[in-house]
Parts: sequence; C-alpha cells; structure tokens
Amino acid sequence: MNGKSVLSCPDLKTRSFAWKEILLTGLSVFFVMIPFCAIFFILGKIVQKGIGTVTWSFLSQPPLEGMTAGGIFPCIFGTVAITLLMIAIALPLGIGAAVYLTEYAGQGLFFRITRAAVNNLAGVPSIIFGLFGVGFFILFVGRNLDHVLKTGLLFGQPCMLWAAATLAVLVLPVIIVSTEEALNAVPQSHRAASMALGATKWQTIREVVLPQARGGILTGAILAISRGAGETAPILFTGCAYFLPRLPVVKLFGAIPMINPFDQFMELSYHIFIMATQSMNAEKSLPIQYGTTLVLIALTFLLNLTAIIFRIHFRKKLGQVSLQ
Amino acid sequence: MRSETVAVMDENLENLVDMNNKKRANPMVTVHPIEKGEINKANSIKIRTQDLSVFYGATEALKKVSMDIQKQAVTALIGPSGCGKSTFLRCINRMNDTIPGVCVKGKVLIDDIDIYQSDINIVTLRKIVGMIFQKSNPFPKSIFDNVAYGPRLHGISDKGVLEDIVEESLKRAALWGEVKDRLSRSALELSGGQQQRVCIARALAVNPQIILMDEPASALDPISTAKVEELIHMLKQHYTIVIVTHNMQQAARVSDYTAFFLLGELIEFGKTEQIFEVPKDKRTEDYITGRFG
Ligand SMILES: Nc1ncnc2c1ncn2[C@@H]1O[C@H](COP(=O)(O)OP(=O)(O)OP(=O)(O)O)[C@@H](O)[C@H]1O
Ligand SMILES: [Mg+2]
Repeated sequence: MNGKSVLSCPDLKTRSFAWKEILLTGLSVFFVMIPFCAIFFILGKIVQKGIGTVTWSFLSQPPLEGMTAGGIFPCIFGTVAITLLMIAIALPLGIGAAVYLTEYAGQGLFFRITRAAVNNLAGVPSIIFGLFGVGFFILFVGRNLDHVLKTGLLFGQPCMLWAAATLAVLVLPVIIVSTEEALNAVPQSHRAASMALGATKWQTIREVVLPQARGGILTGAILAISRGAGETAPILFTGCAYFLPRLPVVKLFGAIPMINPFDQFMELSYHIFIMATQSMNAEKSLPIQYGTTLVLIALTFLLNLTAIIFRIHFRKKLGQVSLQ
Repeated sequence: MRSETVAVMDENLENLVDMNNKKRANPMVTVHPIEKGEINKANSIKIRTQDLSVFYGATEALKKVSMDIQKQAVTALIGPSGCGKSTFLRCINRMNDTIPGVCVKGKVLIDDIDIYQSDINIVTLRKIVGMIFQKSNPFPKSIFDNVAYGPRLHGISDKGVLEDIVEESLKRAALWGEVKDRLSRSALELSGGQQQRVCIARALAVNPQIILMDEPASALDPISTAKVEELIHMLKQHYTIVIVTHNMQQAARVSDYTAFFLLGELIEFGKTEQIFEVPKDKRTEDYITGRFG
C-alpha cells in the first residue's frame, strides 16, 4: 500500500527529475575524467619519453660529464636509503605517540592540545619542515651533540640522518593518525578480557591491542612512504647533495657495507630539480630528466607495493580475523 | 604432568597480599543475618562484601551492599537493568579500577582478605577471580593461543605444560571434543556458543577459584545456552560462581543462592528456592513474577 502511493507520486514522473539525474551523472563522470586524464597524460608522456633512457647502465652508473651522460645509481640508492631510514625513525615514534594518545592520555587538556598539534603538523608546508630540520636537527641537536661529545663537526652538519629525521617529522602525523584509528578499532572487550586475566595495561597493549592494529599501522607506513618518498623541500638543506663522487656507505668492521647516516646523499627528486634548473646543458640532459622521473615514480610505486604486500601477508596470518 | 602444572599455576591466597606487608584483615565474626544457621559456617564463605558502595562520579550505583557468597556454589544476581549487578561483579575482581572516575567504598573480603587493601597484588587477584563477559570476546588468535593467553602472561612458556593446561581447560569447559582437531584455527571461526566456552576455558586456564559471569548466555541460542548452563553446573564442584542473569528461569535452574538488586540496593538474598517460591519482600515477588514496571 505504501509502495503504491510512492510509485504514483507525481515527482517521480516529472521530466525535470530525469534531466537532473542525467546532468548530475554526466557531471560526475566529467569530474572523474579530469584526474584520470591528467594522470594518463602525465604518466604517458613520462613513460614515452623516459623509457628509452632507462637501461641497465642508466640504473647502475653514476652521473657523468656534468650530468649530461651516465646514470642515476647514487640517486636511487639515496632515495631508497633515506626512505628506509625515515620509516625506521618515524614508525616507532608514531606508534609510541598513538599508543600514548589512545591508551594512556585520557581526554584531558593535554590530550586535546597534542591532538591539535598533530593535526596542524599535517598541514604545514614541506619547505617549513626543511627549515625546521636545519634549525632544530643540525644547528641545535647536532651542534650541541658535537659540543658535548667533543666530536668536532660530525653531527652538526647536513647528513642523511638529519634529512631522514626531518622527513620523519613530516610523515609523523600520517602514522599517528592511522595508528590511532587502528587502535581505536580494537574492541574494548578484548582489553577487558586481557585485564581480567591479570594482564597489566602494557601487557594488554603488547599482546592484544598492537597485534590487532598491525594492518592499520602498516597502512600508516604505506601512506607515510607515499608522502615522504620523493619530497624535495625537507631534504634540500638537511643532507641532500648536488653531486657526490661516492656512495654514502661505510664498511662496518672494515667489511660489512652499511648505509652511512652521517654522510650526505644524492636523491632522485632533487636530482631532477637541479638538472632542470642548474644543469650546464639542460637541453642535453632532458632525456635523463625524463628517465629519472620515470624511475622515481616506479620506485615510489615499488616501495608502496612492498608495504601493501606486507599488509596482505599480515592479514592472511590473522586469518579472516581482522574484520572489526 | 597436570599436577606439576597446577603447582606452577596454583596461586596461594597468601600471595594475594604482597610479601613485604603481610597484614591480614580481621576475620569477620558477624555473619549476614540471612539464612542464619544455614550458611553460618564461616569457612564456607568465599566472598564477603561489607557496606559496599560504588560511585560513578556523583551517582551512587551500589548502595551499602553486604552479602556473603558461598564457596563452591552458584550465586545468581538478578534485578532490572541498571540496578548495579555488573558493578557489583566488577568489584570482586577490581575491574572497576580500570574505569575512570570510579570510587569504591566498603569492603570486599575473599577468604577474609580485604582485596581493596593498598598492598593487594591485582595480578594475583585477577588470577584467582576469573571473569566471563556478556558478549563472548575471544581474541583474534588461534583457539590454543586464546586459552594459553593467561598462563603465558603469568610466565609459563614450556610447550608441553601449555598443551596440558589448554587440554585440561578445554575439557573443563566441555569444548575439548569439539575443537581438539582444530586448536590452531582461529577462535573466531567457532560458533557463538563455542566462542563463549573458549572464553570460559581461557578463564579456567589460569586456575581461578572464583568465576564471575556477566550474562554469559544472553547472546546465545537455546542449545548453546543449555550447554553453558550444564557447564556451570559442573564447574561449581570446583569453583565459586557468581552469575548475573536477566533470565529468571535460568537463575532458578543454575543457582543455589539468588540475590535481588534494585536501584543499587540489595533487596533480598537467600536460597534460590526460597527467593523464587516464598520471597519475603514484595518487590522481589513483583520482579520475579514479571509484574515489575
Ligand atoms: N562506566 C560507567 N560510568 C558511569 N556510570 C555507569 C558506568 N557503568 C555503569 N554505570 C551506571 O551504574 C548503574 C549500574 O550499572 P550496571 O552496569 O552495574 O547495571 P546492571 O545491573 O549490570 O544493568 P544491566 O542489567 O543492564 O547490565 C547504572 O545506572 C549505570 O548507568
Ligand atoms: Mg550489566
């Protein structure tokens, strides 16, 4: 009876309604097409112009002849190294902060101020992070470390460590927010069950809450990598080098090669930037720019893919379990 | 093997009070007036509350409740929603401590030890007093890991010992036969009733003396409910059980003693037959016969 009255409702039959519907559908398709086309043309052009450059020797050689020849291996190495170092710094800090905010902080004034700070941090332009990195990490932390440890000028200069730390601050809000969401999604009843079995709060967090939040935390890591890898501004003054004749590698115990966080490094996006703006022969380096861009995009994609595979792996391990 | 296990797991009540400060609460001589003579034997009382009041901020959820709960018997708590049954239950294992803004006044004695003394070891207390929740809440882990969770927490890591504890606990929870071939499967693959029995096994695995159950069967179908009730009946040989239920028939079926709460007050407490057949208080009668507004 109700259904009939609805069907015979005059509104449903008016043409204007149908027109609106078609118009809106058309508009939304159009709006979807804009980013789609943009992506298609950007990627298409980069792939078309860059694919010819990307050969094995391009990937494995250092830049030669003032960046008009040779490859980009040091830049690839630097990008991967700094992204890993960034995540290694940001993940524990971000998880720690999120655990504190959701499990310990309560809802008081301090909690609300911290929340606001985290949210605002996410909106700060990345060049500001770069300047902050110089001021805080290099000039304040680094110089003071040198002073206290009497290490001359080891910490107080631009290097990979400070660049990674600066990037870590940049991506911290991303990790904190997604970890918080993951922690909040863990049912309160699981915490209660654990506490009722005599677990302390920390045991409960370690054994019950964090394992269930793993998927969300990894999502945070993925988002952080997407945000951090390929950022130029934060590393501009904090450790990135125009050109380095050597890789930032140190031999541990004289044998095991390890990334040297106290060295400077080359990086893909910065490399593109200097080739485009400061190259002696911008015309001649153009194919290399396209090739480098293609590699940067592919690399970011690869890093993301690794994190996604990790996440799927953890999902599987939990069984059909993480379905809150 | 199990005897070893028990020796490891068995937590003496003496340990409840931290070793450095081993003062005992005065054993109380006055017995709650209800059923004088019946439950007068002081050593048959497991839990005793004295003028127990609980405040959530300014609201008084429990008002001076004094109650003696018998050893190795089932005591049912009944009463309308919001009358403080869960609050009372959470006092016995101090789960109220985890809620911010809660204030507990009065005493709760377990084997004559005041569990609200400042030097009580909460971990030991919660090992002695297990809890089953209304909504079954197995962890998203395997059945084995669920049951082994408590023992592992308390320091047992030997695989053989853990296997024995898990088997024994699942047997006591009447679930062993149904899950013995799939211990490594996720506990969430089980039915609702089986999940609740996993939770019971998980609580039993730390070898408690008291089991608190907050509406353990309210989310279950009739067959699972019957199984849980049967289980409660078996468990009371070894454990002191306090159960909250909204189901009058269930209270009548499973319990030896029944306590009726109303608006935070203990209205009537006595043997279940007496409460259900000849309630002394008009309000109890009204509630039991369903004439309650
Ligand atoms: N965490 C809390 N914060 C504030 N008030 C609470 C809290 N928990 C319970 N209360 C209040 O305490 C009173 C008793 O609650 P309690 O949960 O003990 O009732 P109950 O008898 O278990 O009810 P139900 O049968 O619905 O489970 C209620 O008025 C409730 O609003
Ligand atoms: Mg309740």
